[in-house]
Amino acid sequence: MRLRLAALLLAAATPAAAQPRDTLTIGITQYPSTYHPNIENMIAKNYVLGFARRPLTAYGADWRLTCLTCETLPSIENGLAVLETTPEGKPGIRVTYRLREGLRWGDGTPVSAEDLRFAWEAGRDPATGFGPAEFYRSAYELIVVDQRTVTLRLDRVTFEYASMADFQPLPAHIERARWEADPRSYRTRTAYDTETTNPALWNGPYRITAVQPGSSVTLERNPAWNGTAPGFRRITIRAVENTPALEAQLLAGQVDMVAGELGLPLEQAIALERRAGTRFRFHYHPGLIYEHLELRHDHPALGDIRVRQALLLATDRAQISERLFAGRQPVAHSAVNPLDAMFDPEVRQWPFDLARARALLDDAGWTPGPDGIRRNAAGERLSLEFMTTAGNRAREQVQQVLQGMWRAAGVETRIRNEPPRVFFAETLSRRRFQGLAMFAWISAPESVPRTTLHSDEIPREDRNWSGQNYGGYRNAEMDVLTHTLPEELDATRRREMWRRLQAIYAEELPSIPLWFRADAHVWPTWLDGVRPTGHLNVSTLWAEEWRAR
Amino acid sequence: MIAKRLLQVALTLAILSFCAFALIALMPGDPIEVAIAGDPRLSAEDAARLRALHGLDRPFTERYLAWASGLLRGEFGYSRLFAQPVASLLWPALLSTLTLAGTALLIALAAGIALGALAASWPRAAPFVDAVAIMGQAMPTFWLGMLLIIAFAVTLGWLPAGGVAESGVGLSFLILPVATLAVAHLAAYARHSATSLEATLTEPWVRTARARGASEHRVLWRHAFPNAALPILQIAALDAGALAGGALVTETVFARPGMGKLLYDAVMGNDTNLALVALLLVALVTMLATLGADLAQRALDPRLRER
Repeated sequence: MRLRLAALLLAAATPAAAQPRDTLTIGITQYPSTYHPNIENMIAKNYVLGFARRPLTAYGADWRLTCLTCETLPSIENGLAVLETTPEGKPGIRVTYRLREGLRWGDGTPVSAEDLRFAWEAGRDPATGFGPAEFYRSAYELIVVDQRTVTLRLDRVTFEYASMADFQPLPAHIERARWEADPRSYRTRTAYDTETTNPALWNGPYRITAVQPGSSVTLERNPAWNGTAPGFRRITIRAVENTPALEAQLLAGQVDMVAGELGLPLEQAIALERRAGTRFRFHYHPGLIYEHLELRHDHPALGDIRVRQALLLATDRAQISERLFAGRQPVAHSAVNPLDAMFDPEVRQWPFDLARARALLDDAGWTPGPDGIRRNAAGERLSLEFMTTAGNRAREQVQQVLQGMWRAAGVETRIRNEPPRVFFAETLSRRRFQGLAMFAWISAPESVPRTTLHSDEIPREDRNWSGQNYGGYRNAEMDVLTHTLPEELDATRRREMWRRLQAIYAEELPSIPLWFRADAHVWPTWLDGVRPTGHLNVSTLWAEEWRAR
Repeated sequence: MIAKRLLQVALTLAILSFCAFALIALMPGDPIEVAIAGDPRLSAEDAARLRALHGLDRPFTERYLAWASGLLRGEFGYSRLFAQPVASLLWPALLSTLTLAGTALLIALAAGIALGALAASWPRAAPFVDAVAIMGQAMPTFWLGMLLIIAFAVTLGWLPAGGVAESGVGLSFLILPVATLAVAHLAAYARHSATSLEATLTEPWVRTARARGASEHRVLWRHAFPNAALPILQIAALDAGALAGGALVTETVFARPGMGKLLYDAVMGNDTNLALVALLLVALVTMLATLGADLAQRALDPRLRER
């Protein structure tokens, strides 16, 4: 009788114990403002859509360009990219993409060249309201070769010719009629936002099956997907903007994981790991968000290269990273990330050296005054305005540490912080900051920093304040490099140009590099297969590889 | 009287709409600048194209008149932030807020009045009621919310830490936010009820009622309370209006969608259509709640009816 009871209990318990988890709940801190792949670009949207649709190409976790819905990346060598002359006589290039076989929308309709043609036509029309339009301006012709193959003719030759950025098939059988009816109002009538759960919109391993605006999105397996079968039956993504509340939901078991791309601030994750490290797996992934100090090059002191170098020498970045971020944020030596294929490991580095910083300031004519603050020959104090985004606790902490470190070198800083909205929209973009500004740039792998370093990109009123060279940095060689680098197709020659760009950057310090921000991924111990990338192509683009142990 | 008050409401809404539109237009940065901050690939040319498409390159007055005339035709416009018609966002948010705030307000009123009555009728309980009131008023909503989450969701695991049910009302999701919000308001009601009842219980007609042999219970609830309720009613009306604007902190801590969070997101995200309509709706509810309280006071107090 006892044996029978034990067998019965075992039989009852075994299926439950052996039952693999088939649902996953993810917490993120932002809700997507739209589900249309080409309207507005935001990480929350990219994160959710990574499960449900696939672009032609993307940069992988190894930071190399790869095909997602295409069969082969075009290259000059394989003949799928051919240099040519445009009808206007400019150098151009034609690239051919063939869609993967068996790719279908969620309603079973094959993803075809017509879907690419529709996406191209919609993008070319300025009234449609797609985001960055540089690609569509450049792609002046699209030729449908067959049901699965298109050739694009571009009027500009860049080394990124194989990267199609946001260009991706859109379901013409659903969207074309809506767009043709009135391109100007298409963005308010697109099925992506009016019928988000329509399976025909999605060609990824999952499809969106439920949406609670501002709150959550539910995805389920897409039966039409013919790639690797996804590991979860259902994935729910909850948007919880308040990070302590998100942490509480994680601890309470309401969410299984917090996405690193859009989750807990690093310092909060580090604190959580100390308290609940055994319950979750923590992974810190450095990425392309480059935290730095922008400085006004027309400032009487900051215009002097010796003062800029002295400020960097007086900054103990390794200690700050260690003390405030548990050493998780790698120190930056230029704007190029060490994970980038074009990073030069020989680039000049500026380890903390207070004595050298003081000597450089002496040399620049700034000598210590009676209160320890340096003065020039005219008796002016070396006092710099120092701004950052108010309310960003990590930045404000760093700012105070830097203030103390620089004071030891005889440099006074006056902190004046502003809400992000005012700081970015007015103060930075209209160059109203007077000394130093701490913020971050986000870029892509091998992204040429023309907009931040070329002298034509210094924002001016007569150019409607366009450009992002807020500090006003000017260097003729840097101008040539940032202009010609994108057009160089030879990787070896390009690497040499990148090496030179980094050398100038590290020597002249157009801005003071601090570190590359790290994303804090918090996963359940039973989850495998998530591969953070550290760049804008989020980990969900490979979500079919995620598995429960 | 009602017609005159409704006219005042309409006029106030018209002025408020203009002021709010102007303030939002004066805020630094437009939606396109917000978009540029999140997408480094957006060029100056893209920005100009998108501004023209969204009508942001038109003069302020032209934009206001276009928006106001649309509103008069019943067109609430389209939310740029949520890519949805404004109306489709407002009603669920308002419903969620009314469920949360309405429940919390009713509980706070009932418990607050009960505590006030206890303090007024049994002086030895007054210090206890005072202590509860002071704690409720002094405790920041954010902190209390987090404490409740840690206790009941994280440690005990009895209730969800936040969010909403995927379907249905989701009573378990309501308990902690309602408790947080109720405690914050309960304190004020308890103190006002106690003060008001204490004052009323010393009136000569209360002595008369006692002299005629009325029980303490009857004296308290039948004679004193209707008179003491008038100021509480007024406070409750103001609270109801304010809560219609959403309990931003509670909604944020518990990650609940609602009017407060919607309004905050709309203003911060420069979503003019959504922000303005939400703001006007909140103002309308507040003014109607005040009007309702005035009418209730007139019904309760014969002296007001005679004016």
